[in-house]
Amino acid sequence: MTRWLKPMVFFACLVPLARLAWRGYAGNLGANPIEVITHSTGDWTLIFLLVTLSVTPLRKLTGQLWLIRFRRMFGLFAFFYVTLHFLTYVWLDKFFDVHEMFVDVAKRKFITVGFTGFVLLIPLAITSTSGWIRRLGGRWWNRLHQLIYLSAAAGVIHYYWLVKADVRKPLQYATILSLLLGYRLMVWGIPKFKTNKSARLPRSGVQVFEDGPHL
Amino acid sequence: MLIKKFTDIASSEITPKDVYLSRRKFLAGAAVAGAAVAAGIGLGELLSPPVVALANAKIDGIQKSKFSTTEAITPYKDVTNYNNYYEFSTDKYGPAGLAKDFRTRPWTVSIEGLVKKKQTLDVDSIIKLAAAEERIYRHRCVEGWSIVVPWVGFPLSALINKVEPAPKAKFVKFTTVYDPKQMPGQRISVLPWPYVEGLRMDEAMHPLTLLCFGMYGEVLPNQDGAPLRIVVPWKYGFKSVKAIVKIEFTESQPINTWNEAAPNEYGFYANVNPNVDHPRWSQAKERRLGEFFKRPTLMFNGYGEQVASLYSGMDLKKYF
Repeated sequence: MTRWLKPMVFFACLVPLARLAWRGYAGNLGANPIEVITHSTGDWTLIFLLVTLSVTPLRKLTGQLWLIRFRRMFGLFAFFYVTLHFLTYVWLDKFFDVHEMFVDVAKRKFITVGFTGFVLLIPLAITSTSGWIRRLGGRWWNRLHQLIYLSAAAGVIHYYWLVKADVRKPLQYATILSLLLGYRLMVWGIPKFKTNKSARLPRSGVQVFEDGPHL
Repeated sequence: MLIKKFTDIASSEITPKDVYLSRRKFLAGAAVAGAAVAAGIGLGELLSPPVVALANAKIDGIQKSKFSTTEAITPYKDVTNYNNYYEFSTDKYGPAGLAKDFRTRPWTVSIEGLVKKKQTLDVDSIIKLAAAEERIYRHRCVEGWSIVVPWVGFPLSALINKVEPAPKAKFVKFTTVYDPKQMPGQRISVLPWPYVEGLRMDEAMHPLTLLCFGMYGEVLPNQDGAPLRIVVPWKYGFKSVKAIVKIEFTESQPINTWNEAAPNEYGFYANVNPNVDHPRWSQAKERRLGEFFKRPTLMFNGYGEQVASLYSGMDLKKYF
């Protein structure tokens, strides 16, 4: 099934970008196109981060183990959209003014935290290959990739700190993220699950490893 | 001053919106509309007087102003589709659709507080108080974008003089409409409603401060603040309130809505100032809608020559 499902999901993940590109081509990005591009790529980064983080809970709660095969793709798409988001800022907003960007990152806390979230994703994108999973070993690879928790939290805070008054949308993201991270806390904290911990860690490592050949 | 109310022909049918891109073409359009009126199309108005002043109705006899900038006017479609009007939506692309059926007639404005002639005025009688002028102003939003708009109105001072504020009056407080039935944004408490703003008396009396009821030669579209708003071009856009229902003269400084919502981010004065950053972003540059590169923001939005003296000796970092 994944043979055709995977390419389909892949192209579906490109739809937000295709839509932006089409609107841009048609001159349909509104009065402030750069703002639309910035907001859209930012939104999709958060959506893909949350989707990535929901793979494990979904897999465990539903028993649909094959879901893991999509986790890397979703994570890489989060990185893809955050890179576009960052490039929009560097190019279209700051026009490569390095000084101004330094000031921003140092002085404006919503940019500091957003930039941090972006930087944290870089090692995860680099080590997303099967080769790196093998080199690091499942255990270390898993630990490293827990950085996504910090990165996603940084992304949501970045959004929350940026809006003027209407925090409804950032709060929606925050709620979903809390549920997803809360699930992990529960698994980690409740003794019943804890006894299985030693068995669980290598298993998920193996599963990630198993994912390799399918890509 | 007279507002033509077309009932059986909209001026948009006479002159397509897309044509309103240059002042020259716009004036040509006005001539066509004028000819249409002369030809007797206005007769329909006599037969069935409209209840609502139609948006897009042309305003006649607009005078030019020495205060107008010669900078390129922002396209009509941008100024009417990109609006910060939280009473309708916090999405800037929302108000254009959501405000479509907003009723701007009948509409009254009450004059209250420290004033000799307390009264309730009909908006149509206010509009007739002075000759309509076109004021092409730069308009800078606190968010970092800007537009150039050909507003239509007359100095707010004309109205203030008419109602004779008491000597004790030091501030003017503007209250805007509260009507959650018509304004979906007011059903959510993103801001304390109704939206309130204020000016110091000398700011309100300044010749640049405009009482505004039109733009691009036409009646103000609902999403841009119909039927009556003010425009204070040297201040951030949130000072230029829309849909005014009450003008009050006070001795103490009114608390304006954004200041109430976030006192460390929005002050009472809110003068455009590239040297004083918003706590969360820089105010040094702005994106003029329609332009690719950002441009530097000017002190007092470029109106320093006219208004800097109002603030001499004031610490503008403190009174932001």
